[in-house]
Amino acid sequence: MPILWLFLIVLAIAAVGYVSGRARALQSAGGDSRNLHSLPTYYGANVALKAVVPAFGLLIIWLLAQPLYVSSQVSEMIPETSVKEGSSLSLVMAEVRRTADGLNNAVAAGVLSEDQARNARADVTDVTQRLKDAGQVVTSEITQPVLRAAQSYRAMNSTGYAIMTGAVILVALIGAAISWFQTHSDYRARNVVEQGIRFLLLAAASIAILTTIGIVLSLVFNTWEFFKLYPASDFFFGTTWAPSFSGRGGASDLGIIPLLWGTFYISLVALLVAVPIGLFAAIYLSEYASSRVRSVAKPLLEVLAGIPTIVYGLFALLTVGPLLLDVFGDNGLGWMKAGTAVMTAGIVMGIMLIPFVSSLSDDIINAVPQAMRDGSYGLGATQSETIRQVVLPAALPGIVGAILLAASRAIGETMIVVLGAGAAARLSLNPFEAMTTVTAKIVSQLTGDADFASPEALVAFALGMTLFILTLGLNVFALYIVRKYREQYE
Amino acid sequence: MTDASMDSPNTTRHATSLMATDARTKKRANAEKRFRAYGIVAIATGLFFLIVLFASILSQGIPAFQRTVVSVEFTLSPAQRDEAEGTLFKTKAYSDLFIGALNDQLTESGVTVDFDQDAIERLLGKVGGTIRTFYADNPDKLGEAVQFDLAASSRVDGYFKGRVSRDTLQDSRFLQLSDLDLVDALKEAGIIKQAFNWPFITGADSGVDNPGGAGIGASVVGSFFMMLVVLALSLPIGVAASIYLEEFAPQNRFTDLIEVNISNLAAVPSIVFGILGLAVFIQFMHLPQSAPLVGGLVLTLMTLPTIIISTRASLKAVPPSIRDAALGVGASKMQAVFHHVLPLAAPGILTGTIIGLAQALGETAPLLLIGMVGFVARGYPDGFVAGFTEPNSAMPAQIYTWAARADVGFYEKAWGGIIILLMFLLTMNIIAIILRRRFERRW
Amino acid sequence: MNDMTRVERAVDSKDIKINAKKVQVYYGDTHAIKDVDVAIEDKTVTAFIGPSGCGKSTFLRCLNRMNDTIDICRVEGDILLDGEDIYDKRVDPVQLRAKVGMVFQKPNPFPKSIYDNVAYGPRIHGLAKNKAELDEIVEKSLRRGAIWDEVKDRLDTPGTGLSGGQQQRLCIARAVATEPEVLLMDEPCSALDPIATAQVEELIDELRSRYSVVIVTHSMQQAARVSQKTAFFHLGNLVEFGETGQIFTNPVDPRTESYITGRIG
Repeated sequence: MPILWLFLIVLAIAAVGYVSGRARALQSAGGDSRNLHSLPTYYGANVALKAVVPAFGLLIIWLLAQPLYVSSQVSEMIPETSVKEGSSLSLVMAEVRRTADGLNNAVAAGVLSEDQARNARADVTDVTQRLKDAGQVVTSEITQPVLRAAQSYRAMNSTGYAIMTGAVILVALIGAAISWFQTHSDYRARNVVEQGIRFLLLAAASIAILTTIGIVLSLVFNTWEFFKLYPASDFFFGTTWAPSFSGRGGASDLGIIPLLWGTFYISLVALLVAVPIGLFAAIYLSEYASSRVRSVAKPLLEVLAGIPTIVYGLFALLTVGPLLLDVFGDNGLGWMKAGTAVMTAGIVMGIMLIPFVSSLSDDIINAVPQAMRDGSYGLGATQSETIRQVVLPAALPGIVGAILLAASRAIGETMIVVLGAGAAARLSLNPFEAMTTVTAKIVSQLTGDADFASPEALVAFALGMTLFILTLGLNVFALYIVRKYREQYE
Repeated sequence: MTDASMDSPNTTRHATSLMATDARTKKRANAEKRFRAYGIVAIATGLFFLIVLFASILSQGIPAFQRTVVSVEFTLSPAQRDEAEGTLFKTKAYSDLFIGALNDQLTESGVTVDFDQDAIERLLGKVGGTIRTFYADNPDKLGEAVQFDLAASSRVDGYFKGRVSRDTLQDSRFLQLSDLDLVDALKEAGIIKQAFNWPFITGADSGVDNPGGAGIGASVVGSFFMMLVVLALSLPIGVAASIYLEEFAPQNRFTDLIEVNISNLAAVPSIVFGILGLAVFIQFMHLPQSAPLVGGLVLTLMTLPTIIISTRASLKAVPPSIRDAALGVGASKMQAVFHHVLPLAAPGILTGTIIGLAQALGETAPLLLIGMVGFVARGYPDGFVAGFTEPNSAMPAQIYTWAARADVGFYEKAWGGIIILLMFLLTMNIIAIILRRRFERRW
Repeated sequence: MNDMTRVERAVDSKDIKINAKKVQVYYGDTHAIKDVDVAIEDKTVTAFIGPSGCGKSTFLRCLNRMNDTIDICRVEGDILLDGEDIYDKRVDPVQLRAKVGMVFQKPNPFPKSIYDNVAYGPRIHGLAKNKAELDEIVEKSLRRGAIWDEVKDRLDTPGTGLSGGQQQRLCIARAVATEPEVLLMDEPCSALDPIATAQVEELIDELRSRYSVVIVTHSMQQAARVSQKTAFFHLGNLVEFGETGQIFTNPVDPRTESYITGRIG
């Protein structure tokens, strides 16, 4: 693991820098730390920071930039003619990368010598055979251009990494050296180090932005790729979802409408379960329950929120599904064909959301000022009249916000629907039929065998994009409502 | 201002005594009772669901910790070994020796039953191979009496646990009705019995047709390495980000942007983080698929908002007077924060981090996308570094894999896996609660 | 307003509306009210005065059992309304509060329209048979609350949009809409400016013609201006109770004198 080593080398340089920087500062002050502007450790930290930060910065940028550069260089090498009908450049590039990985692994396993792997005139069939013998996954026969591209891909990458190693170590050394020479008893080491730390803190805080950018970029680029292969109008307005499982191209119907319908239907059932139970539980806990009951019931309900969704998924698949089938299935009312259905997933998701609704509503109900309740009691209203006619109307915006947040949770929930809702995309009103959701299809499209560059796999990114925008919109709207509501009573 | 002449309706209304409840008040009191009952029903329903959930986890998961073993005392002399190695079908020879030993033990207990080689194979799998490998690995055991605890096949296991019954059993190549006579006889002789299923806790996943041999151990290790990554990244980054936002950030648009991003990321569905991991870490950066390193990175990004939100809350809880006191004796802002505020906020930060980790430990959806499900962990990673980069599974992903398999024998394993997962979560939450109780400070 | 004119006004002996005997109130372990005996007359304004924390508000809240909403609060002794013990088991506090209305320190209109604020009480108690009757009650109450002219054109705007003084008069109108017999007012003017205070005080005087009014106040001037009877509380004890004029001009107890002259408070 060369990067790990590089990492350790830079850290070692920093450690040496720390010790020598501290020593130099003390020496310049004549051995008496009171003559220094800052504490001796700050001088050491100054050197160490200036060695580490630029070096790691360079390392990260290089690691991100190199694959982009190499890919663009290599894809220029691939002639138009070798991109087959029905295929695309990105598919060929995926093959190049696979071949290059295969060569690497084969060399590591000792099946191929380094020379053989580099040999530009190597016999294609021979290499293919050797790779296959070494257990490397190679699709069909490797073509000549692909092998050439793969070889130069390997070569460029290894030179790239060699240069990177040198450059990073050099930057670390230069940084350490400059700051070492700067070190003097009058040097304001503390201010510089604190400035540096402040910058690092800012960088840490910016990761949130980078994550969002990462999400948006990965969704946008792949969605764009998808819309190049599959018309956007068919995706957004198509009413059938039938991806082809065999080869790629043409035969798939990838309309999102049935998936959205399934998502909304299941979320609706979940909210119908969670909202009344959660709301009444919150009302009881905040208005009626004695502090003893509250201290027992509230944490117990919140246990439901701490249970991983995979557990709920299994609960839906193996407990609730069969139970519903007993009642509504062929032996009972005859409405249900299989255990996995909208009802199954919806009910279990509702159970999961109960504590979510109840603790949010609890907060919101508690934010209604006591004066409001007193006013109502003073007029001779009963507690329930006060709650229904004064507290709830006053808390309504906040509760609507809480329900919207719960809805966004329900829409984004994956494991329960993957296990409990079934796999068939369907536009139906019967809640006892199996349906599927956006999230479940993202999972099935990306964990299947479909090639990454095929519309069947790329559609998952378009689905993800839809899901992201949908939940983001709901969240922003709900948080806005809740904030407005809180401001009203602050 | 007031209209004194308005002595209109209902002045007689309150003439009634307080002691007599009028009809309307009765109606209202009943409405009050009903409303209160709705609340109790709601809470009872919630708790009922909780009980059903735990009851089904425990009732269906506990059998996974029991397995059915056939324990046979077996002695192989060097001569017998050589003879067996000399035959054409070596495992068959070992198998015959085993059947002989089994027969001896049965007669000893006074039980007689007819069975053949195939029945033994249906019960115990390829016994001959197991024995042969054992003696090849431990030649010094030759000539000594060795106790073999052989795992019974999953259908026999199911027979013991009530999953398979004589009425519903249909003869197949996996189990025949006649085999159950043998099983009953072995049970009578005390040869077949239930034992604690250590292999389930320590073992790795098995193939799709062998639910009996599946264990969760390897995926516990996978989860452990993932949690190491999450802890090592999300704690320092989360704390640094919180310190910046809470103590240093100026009031400007960039700060607002960060804040908005954090609160929105906290609500982004976890599967979207899986897409991010797939596209950025695997597609773009070519990190290895199914590796705990990648899983850890994805879960870190997912956990960060949680940790940042709880860390900021505990930083906020430290009263400004502490900062003022430090600044008053000439400490820099940075020193005030790192020397005074941060140590005082540490218990709260730790509690938040543990809860964030517990959340990450149970998360499944993003792991599906980065391939931690497609991979079947058949062994432990060799070495510490390999633990991060070698393909592995994780507990929730392993549970999902079992739940998605066709053989119902795996369902029991999935429930058992859930018990183990919940035990980890429970431990983490209890630690968090203890920390909070112990170090909680009221200002 | 001339304080003395009020004091000179002859007070006939009227019916006793609320009679409290040996009332003790405990908050958990704290003994907040000790042995209080008070007789509150009908169609009279009775003022409770005393330094902060003396228990006057606590005692006021006992009179319509608002203290029931506080878990740790316990009341002993007898409080009789028209001769009936309001702490009797058979008494529904809801019915009691319809007879003994309350106005609070801070104006607390519901986040509803002005009309709905006033109509709330009549609606829950079923005082109106139809919309026309309800309209009539609302108008009458707003007139009695001396705010009708200011709000009659915007009855459907939120009550929270009014000014502080208007809000408090709205709350008084809301309280009288249920046709109470006694009106409790807990420092009703403490959150208001002087002009609004004067309006509310004038209103209180008018309300006296129909209701028995009990007002807790911090301001001795206010007590002198609006009340006929005054009770002085100190450290949970009722120190002195009598005609307002007598309390302010010729207090019996030295503690009352010290408070009125500003030596304690």
